[in-house]
Amino acid sequence: MKQPALSRRALLTGSAAAVGVVGGLAAAQAAGSADTPVASGPAAYAFHGDHQAGIVTPAQDRLHFAAFDVITDSREALIALLVEWTEAAERMTAGGSAGPIGPTEGDADLPPDDTGEAIGLPASRLTLTFGFGPTLFRTAEGEDRFGIADRQPTVLQPLPHFPADALDPERSGGDLCIQACADDPQVAVHAIRNLARIGFGTVAVRWSQLGFGRTSSTSTSQETPRNLFGFKDGTANLKAEESDALAEHLWVARGDDPRADWLAGGSYLAARRINMRIETWDRQSLQDQQDIIGRTKQTGAPLSGGEEFSEPDFTMPGRGGPIIPVDAHVRLVHPSTNGGSRILRRGYNFVDGSDDLGGLDAGLFFIAYVRDPQEQFVPMQTRMARSDAMMEYLKFTGSALFAVPPGTSPGEYVGQSLFA
Amino acid sequence: MPNRKLAVLVPILVAAPLLASCTENAKSDDSDPRSITVVSSDDGCDVSKVEAPAGTLTFDVTNSGQKVTEFYLLAEDGLRIIGEVENIGANLNSRLTVAVPEGDYVTACKPGMKGDGIRADFSVTSSDEEVEVSEDEQAMIDRANANYLAYVQDQSDQLLTKTTEFVNLYKTGKDDEARALYADARVHWERIEPVAESFGNLDPLMDLREADVAEGDDWTGWHRIEKDLWPEEAKGYKALTPKQRMFFADDLLKNTKKLDQQVDGDLSFTVDGIANGATGLLEEVASGKVTGEEEIWSHTDLWDFQANVDGARVAFEGVKALLETKDPELAETLTARFADLQELLDAQKTDDGFTYYDELTPAEVKQLSNAVNALAEPLSRLTGALLDRA
Repeated sequence: MKQPALSRRALLTGSAAAVGVVGGLAAAQAAGSADTPVASGPAAYAFHGDHQAGIVTPAQDRLHFAAFDVITDSREALIALLVEWTEAAERMTAGGSAGPIGPTEGDADLPPDDTGEAIGLPASRLTLTFGFGPTLFRTAEGEDRFGIADRQPTVLQPLPHFPADALDPERSGGDLCIQACADDPQVAVHAIRNLARIGFGTVAVRWSQLGFGRTSSTSTSQETPRNLFGFKDGTANLKAEESDALAEHLWVARGDDPRADWLAGGSYLAARRINMRIETWDRQSLQDQQDIIGRTKQTGAPLSGGEEFSEPDFTMPGRGGPIIPVDAHVRLVHPSTNGGSRILRRGYNFVDGSDDLGGLDAGLFFIAYVRDPQEQFVPMQTRMARSDAMMEYLKFTGSALFAVPPGTSPGEYVGQSLFA
Repeated sequence: MPNRKLAVLVPILVAAPLLASCTENAKSDDSDPRSITVVSSDDGCDVSKVEAPAGTLTFDVTNSGQKVTEFYLLAEDGLRIIGEVENIGANLNSRLTVAVPEGDYVTACKPGMKGDGIRADFSVTSSDEEVEVSEDEQAMIDRANANYLAYVQDQSDQLLTKTTEFVNLYKTGKDDEARALYADARVHWERIEPVAESFGNLDPLMDLREADVAEGDDWTGWHRIEKDLWPEEAKGYKALTPKQRMFFADDLLKNTKKLDQQVDGDLSFTVDGIANGATGLLEEVASGKVTGEEEIWSHTDLWDFQANVDGARVAFEGVKALLETKDPELAETLTARFADLQELLDAQKTDDGFTYYDELTPAEVKQLSNAVNALAEPLSRLTGALLDRA
């Protein structure tokens, strides 16, 4: 794998694009990009590692998530694409260009191998995370296109229909997915756009989703952000610093599934596009909103008292039932209600303009990483869909599940263990 | 949609407190004579002022103890509740904003939510912001509650009568007649839906839409039968056998009888409960009927729509006299917005009911939706206005 050329994009940020500096300062801080809050930590994340970046990585502010259908039956073409995607991802996450040449460095008679809208922008902490859907292993008709059906993890099955699912098939499923996260939306979109371009002929974009304002923190160094209901969300999230808990709840281990040891060190990604009935929610009294969530709006403290990170006391009696109502969201998704299971949430708010009736087409693009979706995600989602007071204000419009292979070393391509 | 505070069986006024942690107290302005700070500990109740001028008073209540606490402003007799905030957890903060006329009052913190609480006298002096007290306020409240109860019981009776007729037609295979009665019978359900929902388990058994059913769960009720009567758009649908029809019909009738018994039982309302019911009915319209998601096989959404609006309007009219003494402007706005919405619905009336949803143009749906939003927004302030919340 060749070192990327010193691209114009890297030059303009005043540093060479560094590749694979684990946790180190790879590129200089952006010289005041208006939209990028300058936070502590590295300016770029290494693409390589034991696990793919973009999972326990401190959640960036912006998302562009894309799901693809593979449109060829050729195993070789699929592997070739994964190799090419890996190379492009190495370059782009380091602040370089999509192709080896660059947006303006090539022959004037040719279309450039990078689309150019990231010229002058820093790496913006871009991460690219790749996943494989159930239909990659076996199509809906049961066809094993790539000779990998016997390696399909047992738990990688399309999610069941949950109450209040109003899924749009055009926004659900997919053979492959790429989650692009960055602090600058232009950088995330640039990445997906260029990866989709590289894939023409082998894959086709099935759906994609833009997100902003991360709705979870994945590191103890981050403040808990707010969702579009105005509440702090994901206070009890798995955090990067809890390595024992990550091993227990997040990373697939060798032996979890004899068919799928290629996934050891990886995880599963459940994506749900959740539309919020914003206008109706906004007409609820503050107390009702807080009762529905089970936390205060101001600080995120549980209604049983304390501060944001105080443990909720679900047994504490209030006037007319427990002080945290029986159908409060925090109660139904809390680990104590879910057999101790914890998930890593990494969702984003979205606003896709307005719907036909002038309401915001908005909500939460929920992303959760788990070690076992059937054990951890499905029961929790079922419980929530049946009993959560919040369901009145939600409509689930998209849904997908992917197996996220482990990280790569330099010279490996993403998902190599599956095709080895 | 479960409405969270509808059939309140104990006549207690419900406050909408602003909970916050005391690390970020909502600013209580000591220089403002109507702004009072209350610190409730496990054995004390520190009220920053003993008197205030008449008008809109704000009590900023912080729980510095370990027990869940409450704060009450009581009338001179120590019994009648002027305003209260409940369920304040340790370290949390809540706010009571209430319009209070001149007179003598009692404040009370109730750590542990039991007993008489820690009481103190509080006096409200006359001011140029005098609050009107209607002589017959209690009479208006009583009348509103009694009238609404009568309305609910009457609708429930009619629902039972028509449901009985409907299931008989359906069981005996008189499908055309059953289809003709379907929407007409459901009207009585839709008018009092929030009340039905307050009986928790009946609503999902009777009114669940197919999309709301979890995989592996039984689907029963009105919409199960609806799909069987209007199968044209259901791909690959297998008609129910007479035996299955019998089962679903009997099940629906059994639950309708249960509902009617509950409604005829020990039911009473409060004005805020009635107001919340009206708000809930408009929510129903906004999230189901106006989008055509309620009656996806029969497309009789506008019948339900009208019935929800009927129920909301009856609830509103019941408390209108009371509202006029507290916020005449809101009363006027709501009256006008109900009329605007009704005008649009009237335009869709046909000989046998309403235009079917799938025959409405996108522009007509948008118009209806705009009118629903125009009404629902001020309607969401009705409860607070009735409780003198400023």
